[in-house]
Amino acid sequence: MSATVVALKPEATEAVPVTESKSGSTPPPVAEATPVAGEKRQRIMNILRSITLAVLPPMLGLAFFILIWVGISLVAPALPGPAKTWDSAVVLFSDPFYNNGPNDQGIGWNILFSLQRVGTGFGMAALIGIPLGFVLGRFKFVNDMASPIISLLRPVSPLAWLPIGLLVFKAADPAAIWVIFISSIWPLVINTAMGVSKVPQDYLNVARVLNLSEWKIATKIMLPSAMPYILTGIRLSIGVAWLVIVAAEMLTGGVGLGFWVWDEWNNLNVEHILIAIFVVGIVGLLLEQALLLLAKRFNY
Amino acid sequence: MEKYVSLEYVDMVFSGRQGKFCALRDVNLSITQGEFVSVIGHSGCGKSTVLNLIAGLLMPSNGVMLCAGREIGGPGPERAVVFQNHSLLPWLTCFDNIYLAVERVFGSTEDKASLKKRTHEALALVGLTHSETKFPNEISGGMKQRVGIARALAMEPKVLLMDEPFGALDALTRAHLQDELLGIVQRTGSTVVMVTHDVDEAVLLSDRIVMMTNGPAATIGEILTVDLARPRNRLELAENPQYHHLRGEVLRFLYQREAKAAA
Repeated sequence: MSATVVALKPEATEAVPVTESKSGSTPPPVAEATPVAGEKRQRIMNILRSITLAVLPPMLGLAFFILIWVGISLVAPALPGPAKTWDSAVVLFSDPFYNNGPNDQGIGWNILFSLQRVGTGFGMAALIGIPLGFVLGRFKFVNDMASPIISLLRPVSPLAWLPIGLLVFKAADPAAIWVIFISSIWPLVINTAMGVSKVPQDYLNVARVLNLSEWKIATKIMLPSAMPYILTGIRLSIGVAWLVIVAAEMLTGGVGLGFWVWDEWNNLNVEHILIAIFVVGIVGLLLEQALLLLAKRFNY
Repeated sequence: MEKYVSLEYVDMVFSGRQGKFCALRDVNLSITQGEFVSVIGHSGCGKSTVLNLIAGLLMPSNGVMLCAGREIGGPGPERAVVFQNHSLLPWLTCFDNIYLAVERVFGSTEDKASLKKRTHEALALVGLTHSETKFPNEISGGMKQRVGIARALAMEPKVLLMDEPFGALDALTRAHLQDELLGIVQRTGSTVVMVTHDVDEAVLLSDRIVMMTNGPAATIGEILTVDLARPRNRLELAENPQYHHLRGEVLRFLYQREAKAAA
C-alpha cells in the first residue's frame, strides 16, 4: 500500500508546476507598465500554455492508467502493482546484457534477438513482396491470376504457418522467421500493387509521349509515385511482424521476448511478464514512429 | 502549302458503360509546317480528343492521320504535348523533369554535357534558370506551366500540342505566358496545335482557328484564317478593327451557330 503511494508521487510532483504556470498566465498585472516586456511575457505564456496543453492530457491519461492498474492489483493480489513492477524493471535494466546460458540472458539480448528475427523475416518479405506487388500492379492479367491466392492466404492466422515451417526447415529459428515472413508479406504485396496501379494517368501519359522504356517508367515514374503506398505497406508489415514475434517465439523458444515471457510465466515472475508487455509496446511504437518519419520524406 | 499534319475522315467512337459514344465524325484537317492552329469549341465538343488523337494517346476508330508523311501509330516525342495540368513529375526538380525528356530524345546521339546544355537552354527560354533546382510544388502554377512548355520545346518536336495550356492560370499570368509563347513560336518556328476555350487567346496566337460543332459526333464547323501581321502585340491589337472582326466571327460561331445551353 505504501509502495503505491511512493509510485504515484513522481506523477503528482510533476503535475504541480504545470498547473502553476497555467494559473500564472491568466492575470497579467505587471505587463501594462512596459508594453514590450508585456508582449514578450505574453508570448512566453502562450508557448508555456501550448506545451501544457500538449503534455497535460497524456500525463493525465497515464496517471489514470496507473491508478486503474493499482486498483486491479489491489483486487487481484496475484498481479503486481506499478511500484513492484518498476522496482523489478530497474533491476532488470541495470544489467541488460548479461549472459548466463541460453535460457537466462539479459533483457537487451532478448530485445535484440526478437528484432533480428523480425528484421530477417521482414527483410525477406520486402525483398520478395515489393517486386511482386510491383508486377501485380503493373500487369492486370498477373494481378487477376494472383488475387484469388492472395485473398485465400492472407486471412490465415500467422501461427497456422508454423508447423509448415518446422516441417520444411526442421529447426525452430528458421520456422519463426518463416512465420514472420509469411504474415508480413501480404501488406507489402497489396500496398505496392495498389500504389503502382494508382499511378495517375497524367504521369503515364507523360511516359507515353516521351516513349520511355519500361525500366525508366518503373524507376522514374511508377516507383516514386507508389512510394507513399509502399511505405504504408512497410509500416503495416513491420507492425504485423512485431505483433506476431511474441507468439512465434513462445512456441519456438530460443532467446527472444516471446520465449522470455513464456519462461517467466513458468517461473511465475509476473512482473517480468508485465515489463515484457511494455517493452513490446514501446519498441513497436518506436518502429512505427521511425517509419512515419521516413514516410514524411516521400510526401510530395 | 504542303500538308504537314493531316487528319482525313477521322471518327472517334468511345465504348463506355452506356454503350458506344461517337465523339468525333468525319474530321478533316491539314496543317502546314510552322503553322499555329487553335481548336476552339464548347466544352464536351471533343477538342481535347482531336489533340489526343494527333498526340497518338488515342487511336481513331476510323480514318487516317499523318504527321510529316508518316502514319501516326502511337505517342512519340516528335509530337510533344503540353498538358492542361502541367503533369510535371513532383519527385523531380524542374531541371530533372526537362532532362528526362531531353535524355529520351537526344540521349542516344549526344553526350551528357550536351544534354545538360539543352536542358539549361530550355529553362532559359521560358525564363526559369533561377528555379531549376526547385521542385514543382515549390513554384507557382504559371511557372509549372512554363516548365511544361520548356519540357515540350526541349524535345524539338515536329509538332507542339497544347491542351488548354493556360486554362488553369489567372488572367494576368495567362496573358504573360501567351506573350512569351508568341515570342518563342516566332523564334523557333514551331508547328503548334493548341486546344483552347478562350476566344481572345485563339485570335491572338493563331494563324487559323478551327471551330468545332457541338457533340456528340462533333466535327469541324468552320475554319477561320487569322490574317493579322506578326509580330503581334496585345495592346496594338486592342485597337485593331480586323482583330475585333475576327473575334466577332468566332463569337458568332460559338454563341449563334453553335449556341449551347449552359452545361
